[in-house]
Amino acid sequence: MGKQLLVRVLVVLTLVLGTSYVGWRWFFSVRWENWWIAVPLVMAETYALVDSYLFGATVWRMKRRGEAPEPPEDATVDVLITTYNEPVEMVVATARAALDIRHPHQTWILDDGDRPEMRQAADRLGVGYLTRTEDWADRPRHAKAGNLNNALFLTEGEFLLILDADQIPAPEILDRTLGWFRDPEVALVQTPQWFSNVTDSDPLGSQAPLFYGPIQQGKDGWNAAFFCGSNAVLRRDALMQLGIVGYVREVEDGVRDALGASRRILARAARSARQHGPAAVAAVTELRSAAQQASVALRRGEPVGEVTYAFQSAADRASRSLVQSDLEQIRADLAELPPAIDVDEQTGALLVDDEALTLLSERELSPLAAIESVRQLLRAVDVDRADEAQPMMPMATVSVTEDMATCMRLHAQGWRSVYHHEILATGLAPEDLGTMLQQRLRWAQGTLQVLLRENPLVQKGLSAGQRLMYFATMWSYLSGFAAVVFMAAPVFYLVFGVLPVHAYGLDFVMRFIPYFLANQILFMVVGYGVKTWRGHQYSLALFPLWIRACATAAANVFGKRPLGFVVTPKTRQQGLSRFPLRLVWPQLLACVVLTVAVVAGLVRLWTGAATSEIGTGVNVLWVAYDLLIISVIFEAALYRPADTVDDDTHDSSANSKEQIA
Amino acid sequence: MSTIEVRTEGRQAVVTGPPRLNMTAAPQLREVLAQTVAHGSPQIVVDLGGTTFVDSSGLGALVGGLKTARQAGGDLRLAAVSDQVMTVLTLTSLHRVLRPFPTVEDASREW
Repeated sequence: MGKQLLVRVLVVLTLVLGTSYVGWRWFFSVRWENWWIAVPLVMAETYALVDSYLFGATVWRMKRRGEAPEPPEDATVDVLITTYNEPVEMVVATARAALDIRHPHQTWILDDGDRPEMRQAADRLGVGYLTRTEDWADRPRHAKAGNLNNALFLTEGEFLLILDADQIPAPEILDRTLGWFRDPEVALVQTPQWFSNVTDSDPLGSQAPLFYGPIQQGKDGWNAAFFCGSNAVLRRDALMQLGIVGYVREVEDGVRDALGASRRILARAARSARQHGPAAVAAVTELRSAAQQASVALRRGEPVGEVTYAFQSAADRASRSLVQSDLEQIRADLAELPPAIDVDEQTGALLVDDEALTLLSERELSPLAAIESVRQLLRAVDVDRADEAQPMMPMATVSVTEDMATCMRLHAQGWRSVYHHEILATGLAPEDLGTMLQQRLRWAQGTLQVLLRENPLVQKGLSAGQRLMYFATMWSYLSGFAAVVFMAAPVFYLVFGVLPVHAYGLDFVMRFIPYFLANQILFMVVGYGVKTWRGHQYSLALFPLWIRACATAAANVFGKRPLGFVVTPKTRQQGLSRFPLRLVWPQLLACVVLTVAVVAGLVRLWTGAATSEIGTGVNVLWVAYDLLIISVIFEAALYRPADTVDDDTHDSSANSKEQIA
Repeated sequence: MSTIEVRTEGRQAVVTGPPRLNMTAAPQLREVLAQTVAHGSPQIVVDLGGTTFVDSSGLGALVGGLKTARQAGGDLRLAAVSDQVMTVLTLTSLHRVLRPFPTVEDASREW
């Protein structure tokens, strides 16, 4: 309890000093004539201050749970091992360990690769083997979320332990965690992710001890512990409830949009109907009024099922006048048009393509073609969700990282989550820079997709604390822009003497240093005993990646462009013996520019072109700090893992059972 | 073991829900609904008069049945819903899609 008090004192101190510093910067020290660098700099500083506030909120009430109670009596559990293309031996090793879990359970391998050799291996081990049902053929597959959603309807355990293919569970994993479900409102218990193939110096920053520690404990304090996709136990009923709620929402939204579009198409068809005789006029008119009634009924809150049933019946009647041969021709014509309602390949979000809709309604469609296209439009989004493999998708498919979106929806439904701080499964981290970068990019993109699609700050059902906890993680992925400014500002000063502030004088130093120090001490105290430096380095050194994640996620959500999604390989990529210049050139360029700037700055001071020793001194130190941060990427680029298992793994497995207090 | 009864009459069928429609009974109900549709009766009323408990898995089976029935040109409707079941329907807002009818006759009136 003493530590929590110290943390709170430091949080207050940091925020008071930070607010007064940033306030002083905005009101008294922005050099507006150099606004093009001065404004970005003060904005980057404000970004960092907001980050401090969010961090402060996170660590304000860290929840250090001890032991869980005894598991509920007769709890039935399915252990689900998800795999796509990982080596069969790796999955087999995980399945063996899963079989050895002590609490009664049924083990399943969820093979999205549908590989015969995987099936044989599962049969030999005596574990269940599941692949997608035929319903998924020609429909969006939704990656891992789809794999789990498929399995949810083929298994029946009360609880689900989810494991990635490389996550070897400890035999006691269920005994240690199931007890938290004695609270009927708990939907999720997340345990840490910890990697066995990482050396002590962890050059790729794979371990996330700050996250799987103070941050998760802090989020837990606000009932916002995150689901991280693996090493977690979920309550089936909670997931199923999400599935139903999501289904209802998507059906309502889809039907509303489709009815709106149908009315536009029919309005246009009505104009051209006269040329096609009185029968066509009658058919279009009847369907128009049916669409009108359906929209009204939906607004009145009548059940969607009835509204669409009535509308579909009306459409059936309207098109009964069609000769079958015409219908074939019309369908062929329609197939050539771009689909107006489509499903995002990767995320499964329903896309109503306004452009295609306009195209559809602007084409001189014959009345019969219009009726048929309206029927097809409605069918795609109707209560049977013909556009999806299964009507219910309990695991959220809104983002490439299904975990965060699913968890947020659980919290919005009023469920509770638990972070159990004990390593109960160990996995394999990426062993080369390229793979690691792919993985980070995917996480960042997924998180930002959730931010853009389901902004936590405005989600109904979340408490203020939960909103902030989700937003804090998303906010941290915007750091790339700030990092660029933090590198550019000293360069412009040292090389060209451009001042973004009124002066880098004593006033500046006296206000900045206490804030900086308080912040560092807060980090040291919160992260006492765990290595936080790597994470701090990567949060800035991967600036090109974070910026790319922001750009691609925004293009995906607003421009419907693909993300370029890749499954993270669990095995090492081959052919990386050379220095991967392609991956780190932005950082390399930044280092060259920063170094040149230091030299230029010193020369300018020596020749008298620059006059402020403090100014040059502050900026040289600043650049040195930037270089120290970025250097991690070169260490990572040069890193070559040993081909054999590290000796360290013995030590690590020995203390892996320990709860970090 | 089976507490799920089916009465078919041409294209129409009445399926009686089990007393506890939970994650154990859900797969069975799903199967019965699929069979009923497959045997040519896609207009189904699920009579929940004897069902005192339903969980989300049970609702999942009903949604699955609705999909199967609709795709065969039929429909699935609920009848005689108890208070507990109504609470779960409201909690998940499934009543926004599936209107519960007071009796089996009410549910199948328009067919």
